[in-house]
Amino acid sequence: MTLETPSTTRRRPRYQIKLVGMLGLAIIVFWLIVAAFGPHLAPYPIGEIVDQDYFGPMSRDFWLGSDYLGRDMLSRIVYGARYTLGISLAAVTMACTCGVVLGMSAAVAGGWFDSVLSRFLDAMSSIPSKLFALVVVSAVGSSIPVLIFMLAIIYTPGSYRFARALAVNIAAMDYITIARLRGEKMFHIITAEVLPNIIGPVLTDLGLRFVFIVLLLSGMSFLGLGVQPPAADWGGLVRENIDGLPFAAPAVILPSIAIATLTIAVNLFIDNLPVKIRDRSE
Amino acid sequence: MAKLVEIRGLKVEAKTDANRRIEIVKGIDLDIAPGEIVALIGESGSGKTTIALTVMGYTRTGCSISGGSVTVDGQDVVRMTEQQRSKLRGAVVSYVPQSAALAFNPAKAIMDQVIEVTQIHGIMPAEEARQRAIELFRALSLPNPETIGERYPHQVSGGQLQRLAAAMALIANPKVVIFDEPTTALDVTTQIEVLRAFKDVMRRAGAAAIYVSHDLAVVAQLADRIAVLRNGEVQEMGETVQILEQARHPYTRELIAAFEPHRAPVVLNDIDGRRPLLSVENVVAGYGRSKISSSLLVKAVDDVSLELYRGRNLGIVGESGCGKSTLARAISGILPAASGHIIFDGRELGSGYKERTAQQKREMQIVFQYADAALNPAKSIDEILGRPLAFYHGLTGEAQSKRINALLDMVRLPTSLRGRRPGELSGGQKQRVNFARALAAEPKLIICDEVTSALDTVVGAAVIDLLRELQHELALSYIFISHDLSVVQAICDKIIVMYRGKAVEELAVENMTQPQHPYTQLLFSSVPKLDPNWLDSLAMDRPVVTA
Repeated sequence: MTLETPSTTRRRPRYQIKLVGMLGLAIIVFWLIVAAFGPHLAPYPIGEIVDQDYFGPMSRDFWLGSDYLGRDMLSRIVYGARYTLGISLAAVTMACTCGVVLGMSAAVAGGWFDSVLSRFLDAMSSIPSKLFALVVVSAVGSSIPVLIFMLAIIYTPGSYRFARALAVNIAAMDYITIARLRGEKMFHIITAEVLPNIIGPVLTDLGLRFVFIVLLLSGMSFLGLGVQPPAADWGGLVRENIDGLPFAAPAVILPSIAIATLTIAVNLFIDNLPVKIRDRSE
Repeated sequence: MAKLVEIRGLKVEAKTDANRRIEIVKGIDLDIAPGEIVALIGESGSGKTTIALTVMGYTRTGCSISGGSVTVDGQDVVRMTEQQRSKLRGAVVSYVPQSAALAFNPAKAIMDQVIEVTQIHGIMPAEEARQRAIELFRALSLPNPETIGERYPHQVSGGQLQRLAAAMALIANPKVVIFDEPTTALDVTTQIEVLRAFKDVMRRAGAAAIYVSHDLAVVAQLADRIAVLRNGEVQEMGETVQILEQARHPYTRELIAAFEPHRAPVVLNDIDGRRPLLSVENVVAGYGRSKISSSLLVKAVDDVSLELYRGRNLGIVGESGCGKSTLARAISGILPAASGHIIFDGRELGSGYKERTAQQKREMQIVFQYADAALNPAKSIDEILGRPLAFYHGLTGEAQSKRINALLDMVRLPTSLRGRRPGELSGGQKQRVNFARALAAEPKLIICDEVTSALDTVVGAAVIDLLRELQHELALSYIFISHDLSVVQAICDKIIVMYRGKAVEELAVENMTQPQHPYTQLLFSSVPKLDPNWLDSLAMDRPVVTA
């Protein structure tokens, strides 16, 4: 028993995180909570006109002012967080899952499978993303599932390239040769042998890709092709209140700030990911 | 007599991730007289390179000199400013790295790099430096000394590049030269030429040298004095002959003993006319398939045949590029053979591993040179050993756990290592885990590809002993591939010598020391011996080999 004690304390890794990274993480967690508990936090229903004034200033009743119809801005931003975060998270999860699984498979399988898949996804990524998004939305119309799938398709080739480049180095290692010689199936090799060695950079890439998706989604909504009224994500909120810009209305500035805080926070966090403290001789 | 280098109470500290300080050099005293060659010898991690580098006032990233003094030519480098140190480096103290291939800039001609230091310090005009470089090339017996400097690093061989690195170090007439394992990466036949050139040029230049190495026999050829290091402390120091013949410290004795592996008498079991376990017939393997004919563009293995009986061991030796590793890859099916037959346990195997049955794959295991690359760094030892057990034998849960303990016990590792990852083990421990994984398959044949080459002498000898014991217990057969003859001789009862893809000679245990083929003779005579006069006693004009 006494022999076990040092090894069990050794097993628990300690992490070191920089202050900037902590700040980023705190903001991300804040927005996640807002998105998750939106209906409980919002003081007014989302579509209800509650203020007599439009582009109202910040006041005790309307903490973040009111929008161009006199709806409560705080409630709109809280509900908007659900759309922005939800759609982006769903899209980034799909894009990275597809990209990473295909990338690892291509690296391990090699040969014609790798060549065909790589050329196909290269062709995909040569289409400008905004143009592709505009064409898809004007062809099939805009709905939340369409937006999610479209964003996932746009960001899959990049994720594939990234994962494949990492996995190619791993696939050349002797332990992969030994697994192949043993007769392991592709699924075991990519999930048990390759993935654990590339998971760190892949998660970093996922964070970056999330930021790109938030920005593209906001851009789409700003152009009126994203989330459709009366629902609105943050990009949509900026668009519908753009007339308030000459009045310096909080309704146009605050959604912009929300987008900025989220993307900057994700960037800060992934640039300063927690570092595991390794101390072999301890 | 005035000392050129005086190291007093030197301490070097390293900082860990957790900001903890560890002393890696613990109070060293060392003197070097002008013109004297002092060797620092010890296993990896003993601090030998760290000590040598402090003579230039340099420590690797994360390390710092925390105490003592290093006086070079009357000046203390520890207390110098960085500017004073850079005046010292290259001019007074110079450095020959382990891998010259990495030390040369591939985009610049060799001559420009060799004379660079004289231009930086403004020691001599470029034209004079070029003349001096050509003299040095000649002294180092490089071919075409007049024109070799115009070439680029990739246009000369590894042994030549190592000598050119020495020319670079000697160009400014330094008082001390640091040699950091300069011949470790070379083949034995090349090593001789390099060592001879070093010895000759150092004698002429009259410079002092610090020679860092883990190979006692190499050091014995060059050094006047030897310091044996372990854990950052000098264990024993003395004249070369005295260390070799009257070693006092137990660690030094262990080192000397490991150098000459006590060859246990090979007990040859009866073959009694049974079929061989493995028989390789006329195998051709290589790379690149020509589009016009179906032949290979590069034949790494050319028409090699061999036979191995159960319970016996076969050694395959040769220098780098002779095709020995390709042969191993062809036998194991990683690189399908282009033609020929591989018959294992009475059945012909498919050329690629994909065409072999699960049982055939299980019964033939391969262990690679670099345990680092062969063990998945993201998995624990438990998972690494558990997977083959589950895969081959369907063992899970309690039964698997018991078997893992048994395997670790077989390779003499404590079971407390089960939770660790490969990065938390030493080189020798990793190679043992590597073997344990091969043993988990319950194989009949294990192909060992340079398994001890990346290990220290003492550690490597222990691994060989372990293999011998395992063979007794488990009735295994080994194919042992190595460039190191002493390793192969210690465990094999038959040796095949390969040269340029062909098996030039087959030696049985009885006549292992009397090779017939000229290349084998050259190879055997190139292995350094612990005798300090060995290098000088070799004939100057060694046989030229044509296969």
